[in-house]
Amino acid sequence: MVGKSEPINGTAKSQPPPSPLSPKSPDLLSGYFSFKSLKLKTKQQELLIRVSILCLVYILAFVTRLFSVLRYESMIHEFDPYFNYRTTLFLTEKGFYEFWNWFDSESWYPLGRIIGGTLYPGLMVTAALLYWGLRFLRFAVHIREVCVLTAPFFASNTTILAYFFGKEIWDTGAGLVAAALIAICPGYISRSVAGSYDNEGVAIFALLLTFYLFVKAVNTGSLSWGLASAFGYFYMVSAWGGYVFIINLVPLYVLVLLITGRYSMRLYVAYNCMYILGMLLAMQIRFVGFQHVQSGEHMAAMGVFFLMQVFYLLDWLKHLLSDTKLFQAFLRMTVTSAVGVGAVALGVGTASGYISPWTGRFYSLLDPTYAKDHIPIIASVSEHQPTAWSSFMFDFQILLFLFPAGLYFCFKRLSDATIFIVMYGLTSMYFAGVMVRLILVATPAVCLISAIAVSATIKNLTLLLRAKTKAPQSASGKGGSSGKAASKGSLDQSQPFQKNGAIALLFGAFYLLSKYVTHCTWVTSEAYSSPSIVLAARGAHGNRVIFDDYREAYFWLRQNTPPDAKVMSWWDYGYQITAMGNRTVIVDNNTWNNTHIATVGRAMSSYEDEAYEIMRSLDVDYVLVVFGGVTGYSSDDINKFLWMVRIGGGVFPVIKEPDYLVNGEYRVDKGAAPKMLNCLM
Amino acid sequence: MAIPLRLRAAVSISIFALLLILPSCSAQDIQVVNAERRIDLTSHIIKVFLTLKVENTGASPASEILLAFPPTQVDHLAVVKAQVATGKRKKKTYTPLDVNPKELPDAPNGTKYLSISLLNPLAAGEAVTLEVLYILTHSLEPFPVEISQSESQLVYYHDSALILSPYHIKQQITFIKTPTTKVESFTVVDPTHRAGTELKYGPYNDRPPHSYSPVIVHLENNSPFAVVEELVREVEISHWGSLQITEQYKLAHAGARHKGVFSRVEYQSRPGHSGVSSFRHLLARLPPRVHSVYYRDEIGNISSSRLRLGALKSELEIEPRYPLFGGWKATFVIGYGLPLEDFLFESPDGRRYLNFSYGCPLVETVVDKLTIKVVLPEGSKEPSAVVPFPVNQYLEKKYSYLDIVGRTVVVLEKNNVVPEHNIPFQVYYHFNPIFMLAEPLMLTSVFFLLFVTCVAYLHIDLSLRK
Repeated sequence: MVGKSEPINGTAKSQPPPSPLSPKSPDLLSGYFSFKSLKLKTKQQELLIRVSILCLVYILAFVTRLFSVLRYESMIHEFDPYFNYRTTLFLTEKGFYEFWNWFDSESWYPLGRIIGGTLYPGLMVTAALLYWGLRFLRFAVHIREVCVLTAPFFASNTTILAYFFGKEIWDTGAGLVAAALIAICPGYISRSVAGSYDNEGVAIFALLLTFYLFVKAVNTGSLSWGLASAFGYFYMVSAWGGYVFIINLVPLYVLVLLITGRYSMRLYVAYNCMYILGMLLAMQIRFVGFQHVQSGEHMAAMGVFFLMQVFYLLDWLKHLLSDTKLFQAFLRMTVTSAVGVGAVALGVGTASGYISPWTGRFYSLLDPTYAKDHIPIIASVSEHQPTAWSSFMFDFQILLFLFPAGLYFCFKRLSDATIFIVMYGLTSMYFAGVMVRLILVATPAVCLISAIAVSATIKNLTLLLRAKTKAPQSASGKGGSSGKAASKGSLDQSQPFQKNGAIALLFGAFYLLSKYVTHCTWVTSEAYSSPSIVLAARGAHGNRVIFDDYREAYFWLRQNTPPDAKVMSWWDYGYQITAMGNRTVIVDNNTWNNTHIATVGRAMSSYEDEAYEIMRSLDVDYVLVVFGGVTGYSSDDINKFLWMVRIGGGVFPVIKEPDYLVNGEYRVDKGAAPKMLNCLM
Repeated sequence: MAIPLRLRAAVSISIFALLLILPSCSAQDIQVVNAERRIDLTSHIIKVFLTLKVENTGASPASEILLAFPPTQVDHLAVVKAQVATGKRKKKTYTPLDVNPKELPDAPNGTKYLSISLLNPLAAGEAVTLEVLYILTHSLEPFPVEISQSESQLVYYHDSALILSPYHIKQQITFIKTPTTKVESFTVVDPTHRAGTELKYGPYNDRPPHSYSPVIVHLENNSPFAVVEELVREVEISHWGSLQITEQYKLAHAGARHKGVFSRVEYQSRPGHSGVSSFRHLLARLPPRVHSVYYRDEIGNISSSRLRLGALKSELEIEPRYPLFGGWKATFVIGYGLPLEDFLFESPDGRRYLNFSYGCPLVETVVDKLTIKVVLPEGSKEPSAVVPFPVNQYLEKKYSYLDIVGRTVVVLEKNNVVPEHNIPFQVYYHFNPIFMLAEPLMLTSVFFLLFVTCVAYLHIDLSLRK
């Protein structure tokens, strides 16, 4: 797909120049007409090819994510998606206002959870709207199918968006390549296969949408694009906590533009419109609330906003004061005082507690070792670990090498838009290095920048090839009409070598891109298409063995326990128990209350009589533990047990990690520590 | 629309009324010469075969024979079938007879009666042999009420050693067949005799009407007590060539409740000894040529099922997510498609009718409440159902893919259904084939309009600037 799209586009782009070179008919009038119809035809052809490539990419992006549905079934994957599914179900059954005011007593017993105020509703509302839309069109679909296919659907939409984004920052060729690359990039597929009904699925779409609209607004200086980007931002805020990335990247970008002297009225309009409206809209999301004016993470945007006003004021004053010296003095004074006032305001705000300090996750992004030392609950999640090199290779493959090349092309043709994509790429790459799950955020940037590299390289190579065919014509004396004539003189001297080199390089590019396609397909089918709730393995006779024990347990809980039973388990299984088992849990995957989780960790790691007391105090009726020893399933509770000890010990010093270790080693067999053997686990 | 249904009801009510008005001949005029009862306790569905030789000793001919049941049994009575044998031994032919409930004013201790209408009234002095089959459900009472995983299940069966009858019985005998030789205890009413898996009460001679002698048999019964508490079968007719059936089950194990813990390791390593009363799979008999079968529940597909296709029937072996122990429940859905030509026919008057089997496809299960919903295609008119036994019926509307006016649904409800109810019923309706084209036409026009809009959009310049 990638390989195919490029040369076609290259042909289409460079076809108009040769066509006027071959006027065959001596009759001027008929020649003019044939030329005109031919020209229209090529344009139409180009449009047709572009649209059909986009359609194919759109379908491909959807289809490649369906491995899990074909191999297993149409089901929700992993842990968090089950919560999303449950809330979506609630939303479609009870309506929006009920959903917004939902107090869920089934989780975090005995505390409960205010669902409406503690989630990002974007995903659920999107799925519910899709569902209602389909119902309105008389498609009797089940809400589960809608939820399962939401992520692939949005991935398809993202490819279209990538096309437009690529077109905005480079040209249509880069856009097409970007669309094709992002359609199958494993870094994105990992979070958007069918069934992984998670916030990220729509959030990447929203992220790219916001960026695209913002870049468009900066490029055009149009208020309507600024407004659109504000709405894009609103959608992003409603969908995912990763919006913090936008609200920090955009000011950073603006700051860079200011420093590099690229300040313009377009930028002023775009940023102000986006920031003010986006902020006001974002405040409508209850979970976000007034964080935009109160939280330390959002202060950069506000600072840049004020800085922008100062810049505007200075610009105006510069216009008024024609004296440069006076202006310089004034500039120094204003900037110093502005920065001073800002710093004082920030200091006073922080000291008085009006501006909240940065959260743990944010800290751990800037300082990767922070979580390990201070917040075990963040460090215990595998997707919060620093990224290994291999997973970069796994998720990006050739894009990893194309990325620097793309950066080179971007620097070669610097504009407001390319600066943006460069900044987006560099910052997101850093974050991707800090936390595994943030590879997802980096993926669109990497795809776009790589697309620029691919597109620019192949375009140059095809131009070289075409130049040769043009050579005889230029010899006949009609040379100067082509726009690329400037390079022709140099081309002519080393024709054969360059031509062969270009062909070899083209084949190399084809080879790499086709490798990329096979790699992506392989990764998708092998690594990212397992629902993780149903395990499949090959039996001794090559038949497929399915371990469906999780659902067996959850379904038993659902059918055969009293409806008000409380189930205690480690927090990983909380969402699944509430969604599939329909029973009350003590803790779940929304890890908002560390103490409560620590209590469960303590119960799990105490002696049985002590644990009984703790569990009585929590009204626990059932305890769910997962043991994978018989089937060799490695991510069971014994494996997670040390984290229970660590998290429990973080709050209750009674629990000490060394008690569970033998000579600093974690053993679960006969030689295990006595406390380990006698605890509830 | 509902006129035929109502008519039927009216007719049946009037027949019932007629029966009541009929002068019943007094009970003393009839006596039972010989009665033999065989009670089959091998599964949780109790089958009782009753052979009665009835003689009319009175002067006037008798047109009906009464069966009596204690009130506790009547509630559990699922089926009562009676037939009369005619002809000699080799060429015996059986003719089924009508059985209807009947109220008698002077019934002792709330005894309930069913009357069997004879084909020809029994003349004075004549005798006839009747064969009656009745099926009791929920009549085995587990004792002990709770058992652990390793124990086997013991149940009580309550009945009478003497056949309850409004007539004088000259000679009678009762055989009780138990599933195993293990019988903990049984009431002795002399002469009582036990051999192997058979328990014999009788013979008793010359018992007056309404004599009753309660007995309790305490026996082992480990057959799966599979009870479907509620079953909704939805049959969706598509005239494009398929019949889609969706069956929603609420299954329960109605035996002795499970006590203590469940050890999966023990259950799997010693299948013969551990959890004998539980059941891990069920067999569903589906019609032949069944296709696209699925088996799932609220949280997804259940991966443990096997399908065997055959020329006469298909067998689907399903395994619930977990083995069902006493008191445990499971809900699931089975769905499948069938070729339309096997089940939909055209009657001579131009109406179409669906001929489909009532009852639950699961083998050896009792259904407490069975609802059959026949979803007729959009645009069908005047539905009417013909069911060989009394059911509660009404109409509904359903909206499926691309429906605008909705589909008519004929709903048939019945309680206490046993495998003997697996007999065909018919639903007649009028349908104009032109309605089949409505949905494809709708889709094509939508796509046509879409493309026209696209073409128009590409050819129209909407920009304000020129």
